[in-house]
Amino acid sequence: MNLLRMSAVPILEQLYLEERLLRTSVDNWCIVNDRTSRPTIVMGISGFTGGGTVIVDDGTVFVSFICNKNAIPGLQPYPHPIMSWTGQLYSEVLQGFGDFHLRENDYAFNSHKFGGNAQSIIKERWIHHTSFLWDYDIKNMEYLKHPTRAPKYRSARPHVDFLCRMKDYVPSKSTFIERTIKSVGNYFLVKPFGLDDITTEPSCTLPHSTKLLTRQELEDAYSSQSAQQSSENYGHQHTLPQLRSSCLPDEKKKIVCHPTKQLLEKETAGSMIVSDSSGAVVCSF
Amino acid sequence: MALKLWASSTANAIRISCSSSRPDFPAFSIFRSFSSVIEGLKYTGSHEWVKQEGSVATVGITDHAQGHLGEVVFVELPESGAAVAKGSSFGAVESVKATSDVNSPVSGEVIEVNTKLTETPGLINSSPYEDGWMIKVRPSDPSELKSLMGSKEYTKFCEEEDAH
Repeated sequence: MNLLRMSAVPILEQLYLEERLLRTSVDNWCIVNDRTSRPTIVMGISGFTGGGTVIVDDGTVFVSFICNKNAIPGLQPYPHPIMSWTGQLYSEVLQGFGDFHLRENDYAFNSHKFGGNAQSIIKERWIHHTSFLWDYDIKNMEYLKHPTRAPKYRSARPHVDFLCRMKDYVPSKSTFIERTIKSVGNYFLVKPFGLDDITTEPSCTLPHSTKLLTRQELEDAYSSQSAQQSSENYGHQHTLPQLRSSCLPDEKKKIVCHPTKQLLEKETAGSMIVSDSSGAVVCSF
Repeated sequence: MALKLWASSTANAIRISCSSSRPDFPAFSIFRSFSSVIEGLKYTGSHEWVKQEGSVATVGITDHAQGHLGEVVFVELPESGAAVAKGSSFGAVESVKATSDVNSPVSGEVIEVNTKLTETPGLINSSPYEDGWMIKVRPSDPSELKSLMGSKEYTKFCEEEDAH
């Protein structure tokens, strides 16, 4: 397994890289990014799912596994077996630091979530992508509304009662990362890779499944959504028909996200990336 | 009618059933832990099925696949008129846990997509071989079907996969 360690690589770049490695590489990969360079909202749609909408920032650690379907003996390339295998791996990693549990699709200490997962399975390979909450800024969490689709174990708890920070359980980020790499070594022969080692030839034959949206499109979508909200009750989760019609050729695609007025008013670059197939919606602010 | 019920019950026990109707009696639920496989369809190793009727091939994912994926929340389908190639992805099925590519068993042109899946993606779970069909294709090479698995072969394939 090729081990790619990165630091402060923007989540968007990480997602692009992972997509490229998933679809064009024949090797197994473990990608560790110890934080993302700027706070970003990642909205999962038709693609990297399981994660819903998350805010990632420099307190988030990312670990992804990209594997051939036969990489792990006896492991079937389906969501549950893959999730179980990673649960087993992280249970070893976090032995002695807390009461680790795989709860539905999350990693938790007791019933407090610290890791969210998303998977994508293609014909011969799969990717399992985790965002770990090493630390988080409560102010950023306020951008997220309470989701309508939530795991049962959440029991309607607000973010602050549902989540926990890994730093309250594990002595240091490097402890967690080193132990993860060591555990991976129990399953694979680990070969270190640097970002520079990966050839940067343009993957022009591979259309990105993420697309950049402008701030204007986000604002238009929000306006359209606000108008719709007065006549229909979406609860806390909204669709963005404007985004769909302007950015995605297929009317059937659905984007679910949690835009907030605060976000639009914030002085930001306001770039946003939307997936039209198997990627993620990413909004940088 | 009684004979048909008995036959269906027996067929379910050995996990092969006829595609004409879905049995609807309590005994069927006993065998829900097994994936159902339909006689008369062809199957791929990536768990798609294809039904050839004249010059139209209907494609979907199998009961085995939907069971492993979990609750389907979104289905990505191609446009009518799009070209599909045998063994290549034509869309994706998103479950609560993951998104998975769906590959076409045959090459050809998409002539119809199941628009009901937009509003009711769960049809793939509840009726993978009937209401949960995904695309209809006009095959460009009917001989491609010959290399696909029949129901017995596919049943064995699934057993071997699950035995690991």
